Amino acid sequence: MLLFAIRRLIQAIPILLGVSLVVFGLVHIVPGNPIDMLLPPEASPEIIAQMKAAFGFDKPLYMQYLLWLLRAVQGDFGLSVFNATPVWGQLSAALQNTFVLAILGAALGFSMGILCGMVSALYHGRWPDKVFSAIATVGVSLPHYWCAIVLVLFCAVLHDWMPAQGMGDDSLPLYDRLQYLVLPVITLSLIPMGVIGRLVRATVLDIVGQDFVGALSAKGLTRWPVIRHIARNAAPPVLALMGLQFGYLLGGSILVETVFNWPGSGNLLNLAIFRRDIPVLQATILVLATFFVMLNLLVDIAQAAIDPRIRR
Amino acid sequence: MSASLKQDPHSPDPRDRGGPAQPLLIVDNLRKHFPVRGGLLNRQVATVQAVDDVSFSVRKGETLGIVGESGCGKSTTARLLMRLMEPDAGSVIFDGDPVGDRRGISVSDMRRQMQMVFQDSYTSLNPRMTMAESIAYAPRMHGLGRREAYDRAEDLLSRVGLNPRQYARRYPHELSGGQRQRVNIARALALEPRLVILDEAVAALDKSVEAQVLNLLTDLKQSLNLTYLFISHDLNVVEYMSDRVMVMYLGRVVEAGPVESIYRRPRHPYTRALFASKPTLDPDRRTTEMPLTGDPPNPINPPSGCRFRTRCAFAQPRCAETLPPLAAPFDGDTDGTHVVACHIPEAQSAMAVHHG
Amino acid sequence: MSDIAMGTPLVSRPDAPAAPAPGYWKSVGQRLLTDKTTIAVTLVLLGILFITLGAPLVTHYDPYHGSVLGRLKPIGTPGHWLGTDETGRDLWTRLCYGGRLSLLAAIMPVTISLIVGGFLGILAGYAGGIVGTLIMRTMDVFYAFPSILLAIAICGLLGNGLSNSIIALAVVFIPPMVRVSETVTTQSRNLDFVEAARASGTTTPQIIRYHVLANVLGPILVYATSLISVSIILSAGLSFLGLGVTPPQAEWGLMLNSLRQAIYVQPYVAALPGLMIFATSMCFNLMSDGFRSAMDVRLNK
Ligand SMILES: Nc1ncnc2c1ncn2[C@@H]1O[C@H](COP(=O)(O)OP(=O)(O)O)[C@@H](O)[C@H]1O
Ligand SMILES: [Mg+2]
Repeated sequence: MLLFAIRRLIQAIPILLGVSLVVFGLVHIVPGNPIDMLLPPEASPEIIAQMKAAFGFDKPLYMQYLLWLLRAVQGDFGLSVFNATPVWGQLSAALQNTFVLAILGAALGFSMGILCGMVSALYHGRWPDKVFSAIATVGVSLPHYWCAIVLVLFCAVLHDWMPAQGMGDDSLPLYDRLQYLVLPVITLSLIPMGVIGRLVRATVLDIVGQDFVGALSAKGLTRWPVIRHIARNAAPPVLALMGLQFGYLLGGSILVETVFNWPGSGNLLNLAIFRRDIPVLQATILVLATFFVMLNLLVDIAQAAIDPRIRR
Repeated sequence: MSASLKQDPHSPDPRDRGGPAQPLLIVDNLRKHFPVRGGLLNRQVATVQAVDDVSFSVRKGETLGIVGESGCGKSTTARLLMRLMEPDAGSVIFDGDPVGDRRGISVSDMRRQMQMVFQDSYTSLNPRMTMAESIAYAPRMHGLGRREAYDRAEDLLSRVGLNPRQYARRYPHELSGGQRQRVNIARALALEPRLVILDEAVAALDKSVEAQVLNLLTDLKQSLNLTYLFISHDLNVVEYMSDRVMVMYLGRVVEAGPVESIYRRPRHPYTRALFASKPTLDPDRRTTEMPLTGDPPNPINPPSGCRFRTRCAFAQPRCAETLPPLAAPFDGDTDGTHVVACHIPEAQSAMAVHHG
Repeated sequence: MSDIAMGTPLVSRPDAPAAPAPGYWKSVGQRLLTDKTTIAVTLVLLGILFITLGAPLVTHYDPYHGSVLGRLKPIGTPGHWLGTDETGRDLWTRLCYGGRLSLLAAIMPVTISLIVGGFLGILAGYAGGIVGTLIMRTMDVFYAFPSILLAIAICGLLGNGLSNSIIALAVVFIPPMVRVSETVTTQSRNLDFVEAARASGTTTPQIIRYHVLANVLGPILVYATSLISVSIILSAGLSFLGLGVTPPQAEWGLMLNSLRQAIYVQPYVAALPGLMIFATSMCFNLMSDGFRSAMDVRLNK
């Protein structure tokens, strides 16, 4: 088991290196230089040279990459070219906000998905199953940014139930600040709900069909050993999907954050793009992608811990 | 190539280059080891010695049976002969010509004269092709015209006992297992091969269907002047089909000889163990794995010396030290064609098991 | 030879089917024709295609011409049955014309990734070895990015515009496409009938053409159809962020973003473009489900 974990860890290294190369390389698929884009065209050559040296853009490309990578693994992403503050400071604040949303959204979405999946497997072919599979199909094709708008429309525009913009002030009492979370979290939870529910339903039906043909009844399914058996067998694929989905929540939050004006990493990325703030952009993507890789690694290891057959 | 197959089994085959005395196939020290990967960084941690220094020959017109427990390397041998995988070592001589050698014949020329029927009748047919398409496919790839190829496919269908009008345009899932295996046989015959490898070709069929297909194979062999390499784990079937038999254990040949001689007096303890656990004709007792006492064979890092010694009642220290070569039995009670790989005279001469 | 032909009874086989079945694609077609959901969904998609491509036939307004006086009219306004947008352009007209770019921006990336990713995946699956490993490890790297993030990053760096959004999404879709086609290719490569074809001396290109492609193309196309449904959401999302199509062009995501600003004035009008995105995406999703079950050939009995 430990061997498996170590092996997966080692296998992740080339992927992470590849990720860093892509993130670094992305910037250089655009013609021109980050400094040229930033400075007005009438800037004097000295100033340009000075700026380039300050941000390290005068070195050869591979040196730039190695230096950038070396600093990045130490958590030093340099200075924002927009306001010359440390990138990591901006990023960590934004990441915290994003994680609050993503974790709550995932918790809500995963539990709803598992519940719906179990219920529709239990009532296989009957109306709760049909209702849920309709909801799941809808959920998979729902543009979540539109969903966010519709939620705003109902809860903030037509009725004055919830605040719809930002995350509130530090001065507000906790209860009021929590209200700002409700709509974004509900929106985010819709992303994984349908997908997880579908998988849970299919997996449970598969397991039940294999092992106790015809024994599928409400009573049978709620007996503890049966539940444990099903959970054990259904957990690996569901866990894998959850890992992926959590990553999508982090990435997909950018659109939701835009609608709700939530000061998270998505918002930061958006700002960085419009300010052409390359260091911030690189750092945001690198950190999110690294997190995604590590998350999938954890999922792999967790899967193997649950089901020894997965270890090879 | 002409559309119809040659009809007269007695006319000389123009492809017969070596004459009747030249064995159709000579296999010399064929070897295939598969790496087993694992551990950190996916390093090679062990090898499966799937086929290890296997040598034998097949005479023109005979049927050589290969028998052994599942996992002993029968299919790997077949795939190596067809060059579906490259051997690690060893040579194959087809009718006097080394295969894949500059002085011999090319792999593609060899494949025209050597064809194979696989065990699973369903997966070995393309589910999107009709029976006629599947059979006509290879001849068309080799340049036969469309019309001629389909004529040949229909001719072959009727030869394997399927009415072309009824079956030519059907898809694999519309046929029964026995019917599909007939089509697979027809497909293997479409290039007019001289040698056909039948790898567990009847193993998946019901007993009654199996008998029909075996009879079909016997008839086809006569009328088309074929040579068979008949692979099976079923001793009854091998006895019925073969002129000579070769017994394999963990990638090596342990005994070989004429079918009567082997079945009347098996010399190798493993062969006798096989006979002792021979499945009966009772369909409920038919299994793929033959029951044998002792540890099951593990082709990963097999025992030193004689590979059977860990399950052998007669094993002595020298069995672990040296690999027994294939040689005439100690009692010499054969015409010289029966060979066995065993050091121990008592092991060879122990009571033969009566079978019937 | 007649004795062989007669050697075994044919008529008495209980499992012998009575009539020959139609060809594979024909039977797929027949199954599709009996699937009500797929038919309904296809009709809806054809309807959407009609109002977008045939926009001049269903509306006589100019999608780029509005009037300051007629801004943000509600749904049901005479002459503008779906109301008007923030510069007074007829919303129905904008929705019809907007579908052109939305569909283009969604379908193009999938087509590109289908060709590039399908090719790479079949290559990796069939060649295996170093080439296969190289291709698949490269794709693993791209897999490490959450898809929206990668699309936004590429699009943000290349600058906005239709073609850049298409490129960005194509890059995002190629890795999963490669994976799907590699998996199905590897599966069918190891099937006995491919080995049998190799054994009868068929060359590699011929095997790919006759045996692998036929079995691989179906699943890949099904997957591509389901990708279109994702692609519609993502491409509109890029425009929604201001990274895709640029104003004043009509495109559903872009319209959603600009109408969002007016949500307190005309709440329902603001939700309409999103409804179009949603409906189209769902139709493609259901269509792909329909294709999948119609093409389900029992490869493993
Ligand atoms: N492609 C392969 N890779 C690794 N091991 C293999 C491969 N093919 C066969 N083997 C191993 O080689 C041994 C012999 O297999 P096989 O020739 O199929 O046996 P048989 O046909 O006698 O049942 C088995 O242990 C099998 O696991
Ligand atoms: Mg085998």
